[in-house]
Formats: sequence, C-alpha cells, structure tokens
Amino acid sequence: MSEVEDARLGVLGAGVMGTGIAVVAIGHGIPVVLVDVSEDRLADARRRVDTQLRHARLMGVVPAEGPVAALTTATELEAVAGATAVIEAVTEDAEIKAKVLGEVSRLVKTGTPLVSNTSGIPIGELERFVDRSDELVGIHFMNPAYLITMVEVIRGDRTSDETMTAVTGLLARMGRRGIVVRDAPGFVTSRLLHPMINEAARIVAAGVATAESVDDLMRGCLGHPTGPLRTADLIGLDNLADALRMLWERTGNASFQPCELLLEKVAAGHLGRKSGKGFYDYEKVLS
Amino acid sequence: MVQPTLDSVHRRIRGFLEERIKTDVAVDKDLFASGLVNSMFAMELVVYLEQAYGIAIVGEDLKLDNFRTVEQMTSLVLRLLDTPVADRG
Repeated sequence: MSEVEDARLGVLGAGVMGTGIAVVAIGHGIPVVLVDVSEDRLADARRRVDTQLRHARLMGVVPAEGPVAALTTATELEAVAGATAVIEAVTEDAEIKAKVLGEVSRLVKTGTPLVSNTSGIPIGELERFVDRSDELVGIHFMNPAYLITMVEVIRGDRTSDETMTAVTGLLARMGRRGIVVRDAPGFVTSRLLHPMINEAARIVAAGVATAESVDDLMRGCLGHPTGPLRTADLIGLDNLADALRMLWERTGNASFQPCELLLEKVAAGHLGRKSGKGFYDYEKVLS
Repeated sequence: MVQPTLDSVHRRIRGFLEERIKTDVAVDKDLFASGLVNSMFAMELVVYLEQAYGIAIVGEDLKLDNFRTVEQMTSLVLRLLDTPVADRG
C-alpha cells in the first residue's frame, strides 16, 4: 500500500470550515478524525456531513462512486496523534490558532504537515508556537469548502520543500487545486475581496444602490458568480468584520476598517445566511 | 395515491419553483445557466423531490444535469417511480 493510500487526516474544529474540509477528504477516500471541544458541535457536524457529501457529488466535485472513508469524531486533541497531516480550522483568532497548533505539533510525529486554515492570519505569526516551523503551512479553503475546488496555499518563510510537496499531494488527493502565494496579511483573496465587500456595504449605506443592484452589477458587468454582498452573507458578517479588523490592524490601511453598516448588522445579530438575515433575507427569498 | 403524471409533476415542480424563486419558469428553461438559482439551491431541489415523491436520488442519478430544467427533473422523478427500489444503484 502506498503512502498516499495510508493518509489519515486530522481536522481540528467542527465548525463550517472544518466540517466542509472533512467532507472533501472522506469523499475522496481519506479517513478523517474531526476534533472539537464541543460534543454538540461534533454531533451537528455529523448531521451535516451526509448532505454536504451528496451536495458535492451533485455538483460533480467529489467522485459519484467509490468508497467514502470513515469519519471519526473526538473531543481530545490526542485523537490526531497518528494523523499523516493535520488541518486546524478553529476560530479565526491568532491566539487560539497558535495555542492549538502548538499543542498539536507536540503530539504528531516529525514529518507531519501542520496546516492552518485561515482566511488571512499570516503564517509567520504562528511559527514560533510550533515545534517544527518548517512543517507549518497555510491553506485558505473557500466556503463552502466541499464545493469550491481551488484553494490558496500560503508558504511561510520557513516552510520546507518537503512540506510543500506533502500538502500538494494531499490537495491533489482531495481533488483540490492550490495556488501557492507568499505570506502576507490577507494573502491574495481576502486582501482583495474584503475591502471590496466593505466598500459595497458603504455604497448601500450611502444609498447609492441597493444590495441587489450592487450584486447584479458585479455579476452582470464583471462576471462575479454571486456578487460581493451575497458573498458577504455566505462568509458571515461577524467573520467578515473580524477579518477586516485583522487586516486593518496589521496593515494600517483604513480601507480595511469595517464600515458602520457592517458593524450595525453584526450588532443586530444579522450575520448573513447562517442567521437567516444579512444583506439579504433568507427566510423570504432565495439568493 | 394517484400515480403522478408528466403534467402533474411539471405542475408541482413549477409550483415549488414559483414559491421559492418567485418566477414562473418554462419547463425547458435551464435554471442554472440562466442564473435563476445557484449551486446552494441545487441540493434543496434534490431534497424537495425526494420528499415530495418518496424517492431516493443516489449514485449516477445525483448529478446536476438531472436538475437543470423542470423537464429533466420530471423525467428523473417518473423514471425513479417506475423503478423498483431494489434495482437502484
């Protein structure tokens, strides 16, 4: 049996991203151990996996036939000790990520790539917390991770060639294509997308155009598949505000400062698709 | 239960679409190419048809091309209703 066939993936965090990543892996025959501190979140993840796997098959991004690998869930980090690669998809907070990555780096054996799934936290900020910084690499999976086949791969200053080869192989096995970029706050996609969404919200707040008009223009004229504000609702407006703040703090660029309308929506609990309302009302109309 | 017919399935699916996307769609309109619905809605269609007709859409049948138009969805539903459960892969 080849090394690839022996792959066992550890996924930390059973939220939206962790669950989506787990679905991609098991749908491509890679067994997953999904870890979260919350039993409730793990139970919720197990409930979502089947539908997401079917959805991925429907869209042709996971093989229609072929065995689905096992998904194991656990509340203890030790459960990933035997993994051949670990992807952390915990809360988008540098301190939390650093703590989890540090702990897991002391559990897994040398040669196990440690992947931080982040939409913008520089990998360089996490390096000093892990035992082997050459084995740390960033991957920015898009949401929904089980449907979008391209990912952004972030090579840290210390990431080794061996680690890059290993994660490239893992992604290929997961049916994902990665584009490698260098480390910087927000990398490429968030650095471009987030200020665009922020500005789209400012446009709506100023009454220049409705959310529908902004999205329709970006779709019809510029070929965006969904438009910036529908994308914002999918990301989650709270996550978006956090990501913008993170970029603002690290770059000093005021275009990243979350705009008032965005913050008002977050304060009102209108977090986007997940709460039923954001820039659009999902209980009434289909986006 | 009365056996569903081509017309009754057409009507039911169009009714569902009208309720969900506020559009009266022609039976041969490509819902995805026209931008009327997106990939997130595709799974909702699958679940709706399964529940409405007591069918299981699995294996090779679970592909987007079966859900592009009301005609294609209707043809899938009628075929699965005609196929004994044991024969489905």
